[in-house]
Amino acid sequence: MTRLSKSESGSLALSRRGFIVAAVGTGVAFSFLTACETGDPNAPAYEPTQWFSIDASGIVTVNITRAEMGQHVGTSVARILADELDAKWEDVRINHVDSDPKWGPVMVTGGSWSVWQSYPLYSKAGAAGRAAMIEAGAKALGVEASTCSVANSEVVSGDKKISFKDIVRKGGLTKTFTQEEIDALPIKAVDQRKLIGKPVTSLDVVEKTTGAAVFGIDAKVDGMVYGYPIIPPTRNGGQVNYVMDPAAKEIKGYLETVVLKDKSNTVPGWAVVIGETWWAAKKAAEAITLEYQPTDTMEVSEKDIQDHGRKLINDASKGVVLATGNTNTAPVFRAAKSTLDAEYTTATALHFPMEPMNALAFEKDGKWEIHTGNQWQTLVLPWLATALEVPETDIVLKTYRLGGGFGRRLNGDYAVGAALASKAIGKPVKMVLSREADSKFDSVRSPSVQKMRMAFDKDNNVVGMEQHVACGWPTQVMIPAFMPPGEGGTPYDPFAISGADHWYSVGAHKVRAVSNDLANATFRPGWLRSVGPGFTNWALESFMDEAAHKVKADPVQFRLNLLRAEGANAGSAPNSVGGASRQANVVKLAAEKAGWGQTLPADTGLGLATSFGQERNMPTWVACVARVNVDRATGRVKVEKLTLVADAGTIVDPDGALAQMQGASLWGLSLALHEGTEFENGNVKALNLGAYTPLRMSDVPELDISFVESGEVPVGLGEPATTVVGPAIGNAIYNAVGARLRHIPITATAVKAAMS
Amino acid sequence: MTSFKLNGKQVTSAAEPDTPLLWVIRDEQGLTGTKFGCGVAMCGACTVHVGGKAQRSCVMPVSAAEGLEITTIEGLDPKGEHPVQKAWQELQVPQCGYCQSGQIMQAAAVLKDNPDITDAQIDEQMTGNLCRCMTYTRIRAAVRQAATAMKGG
Repeated sequence: MTRLSKSESGSLALSRRGFIVAAVGTGVAFSFLTACETGDPNAPAYEPTQWFSIDASGIVTVNITRAEMGQHVGTSVARILADELDAKWEDVRINHVDSDPKWGPVMVTGGSWSVWQSYPLYSKAGAAGRAAMIEAGAKALGVEASTCSVANSEVVSGDKKISFKDIVRKGGLTKTFTQEEIDALPIKAVDQRKLIGKPVTSLDVVEKTTGAAVFGIDAKVDGMVYGYPIIPPTRNGGQVNYVMDPAAKEIKGYLETVVLKDKSNTVPGWAVVIGETWWAAKKAAEAITLEYQPTDTMEVSEKDIQDHGRKLINDASKGVVLATGNTNTAPVFRAAKSTLDAEYTTATALHFPMEPMNALAFEKDGKWEIHTGNQWQTLVLPWLATALEVPETDIVLKTYRLGGGFGRRLNGDYAVGAALASKAIGKPVKMVLSREADSKFDSVRSPSVQKMRMAFDKDNNVVGMEQHVACGWPTQVMIPAFMPPGEGGTPYDPFAISGADHWYSVGAHKVRAVSNDLANATFRPGWLRSVGPGFTNWALESFMDEAAHKVKADPVQFRLNLLRAEGANAGSAPNSVGGASRQANVVKLAAEKAGWGQTLPADTGLGLATSFGQERNMPTWVACVARVNVDRATGRVKVEKLTLVADAGTIVDPDGALAQMQGASLWGLSLALHEGTEFENGNVKALNLGAYTPLRMSDVPELDISFVESGEVPVGLGEPATTVVGPAIGNAIYNAVGARLRHIPITATAVKAAMS
Repeated sequence: MTSFKLNGKQVTSAAEPDTPLLWVIRDEQGLTGTKFGCGVAMCGACTVHVGGKAQRSCVMPVSAAEGLEITTIEGLDPKGEHPVQKAWQELQVPQCGYCQSGQIMQAAAVLKDNPDITDAQIDEQMTGNLCRCMTYTRIRAAVRQAATAMKGG
């Protein structure tokens, strides 16, 4: 999808057009022109896409198209703009926009792309704003524009100056830039930046400490009733035979139960219990009897899915081989002096965001309004249009703060349930899933099976490698047009394989992605924070360690030998300058910081793992060393310390970057040791916190996180640290007690079994 | 009808007696800072103070609130400047922010009872509050900073 996001993302497409500065009612608007606005003067009245404005009080408001889910994305993006504009940070505000198509054809917040994709656009918008303010300021001061500079929201020329506020108040500010002029605008050199890379206060922190921040679950409208969905036994194919609600009718506040008719097939088999209060609807739901048609997947277990994955991997006619150069591994393996084979697996994992899925839906004056937290507005809009049987232009998504995204809210399927319930009863419906319903309806991270192979020559050099990955494919199920082609032109889901196309020089290299059709039929696979590398890097980095031990090499030195910036791994401008040498650098730094090679107490070990982040053409170089202690009697693993080093190019927001690394690394720990569930009778077994047990404070280890200083292109930080922690822990367990773990989550029982 | 004090104001609720206090606070009284997370008192997002003690409002029937004093995040401090809130702001603890009302209410109640809290006690007292963004290292540091501030240090 990187390939796709580069060519089709709204932000990059829009940046190829002109820019206009125009006086509006309350101040000055700064807008990129969309295609239809650039040519014919007789064209209909246009609405430029406004990226920021400055009002008569000097307040700079930056419009943000990205969803806020804890990453302070508005702060990062606004800072990029404000730095180029030379605006005073205290005067900067952020505004999250709705789903109007003017913001571009693809509105998505995921993949750790936001800062990387926003950087060129918002820095140019800021630079254009600055040029316009200089021109108007110079005129007002009666000086040449060439004598002016901007600092702290003021245009300065010698001892004369005028503030943005006063420039706006004078009125009449209008300026148009052609694309050529935009391209020619200089962007600040690294050493002139005042906001990027400097500590500033995030713009959304205070309201998140006072209860004032408004999330999707807080949305309300006059006359609304509450909806409590009853989720059918299986995700797909659900059909309600009958509903019996006599007992529910005794419950005060119960109104009715509607079985949804969904032409988009997004919420098949849903019944929504309507109540005057949410509690009344919930109690009524518990008193209702439903009978469903049997479905094909009602008996599917985790083992069925994984066994099916194994079968597919062993069938050479299945799957797609990625174009990684020389993929002809068969002769290399035949000629090899020795080979290494291993199977790695990962269990089903839930998103479990703190805020259960919810949406408020209603029709007003012929237009549908959907109020909800959502990461990908343009994915859900067509589903809503099909379900409601109205054109997309009659639907507006009002986006709220997300009580956790982690990829769950990329798939806005829940909004369809609220919309159809509202349509059925003709009233606004505020739908909130119970926690148990949220788990049953989750788009889980698919369980995965991976077959790893490596070939060595007589001198123990690595001459060939294979990684075969079978799992459910989210992109295939939800938006197949986003799948890029592999070898032979067959499309594959990059989110189910990325990470396997690594930067190690291993000779012949076959990376094969296999769609597990039983997984796709049983549930709707989801994108979970760090997507593919969440499982591919678990296998890759554990296997690299196995390979190092096989040839009696130090695991750090073994990796450094293979991380050579040459050939396909040399790297290229602008995103991957330095290539594999930057990954080697973070490996070295993390090992040094963690004291690699030191003598440790009994049953204590260090383990290292590394990653290039989410995607080859947007690499964030990360390495992690875990220090663990293993209780031999019980197999219990205590993670004592995680040392992480990241090279993410320019760090736009240092404190936010640190926060993302802290959260992402603990996510990695949680997925490795604390989370995971399994399919049983066609759905997930763990539904609430008694059974699903994410990391708690008492198990949080010491964290040592640092960044490589760099002036390179800023890349994403929301996910990469997640994927290194699991294999670092697995490798540390091996170094502590000689137990090799090949499945996450790692349980004490599995560690004990692997020791003997 | 149930009567209780909510953030210092006398209120009367017409909700069914078994309705959890959480939904009365949010949907009837309109104070949405208190959040719904798990519904089984295991995540802590719904934490409020009942008579000064931290309580999970998702499992407390409103009838049990009769005559009691309830404080929510909105009533913790008139300006949002309780030492715990200030520490949270200074250390930029929140990410998505959804669990943070509960975290702050839990920390405020714990520190009121135990201003000389040890690091081990912070972990023990805060571990019932889940943070899915995993801001735990900052929560730890902020509780420590708030404890110091509350002791006048």
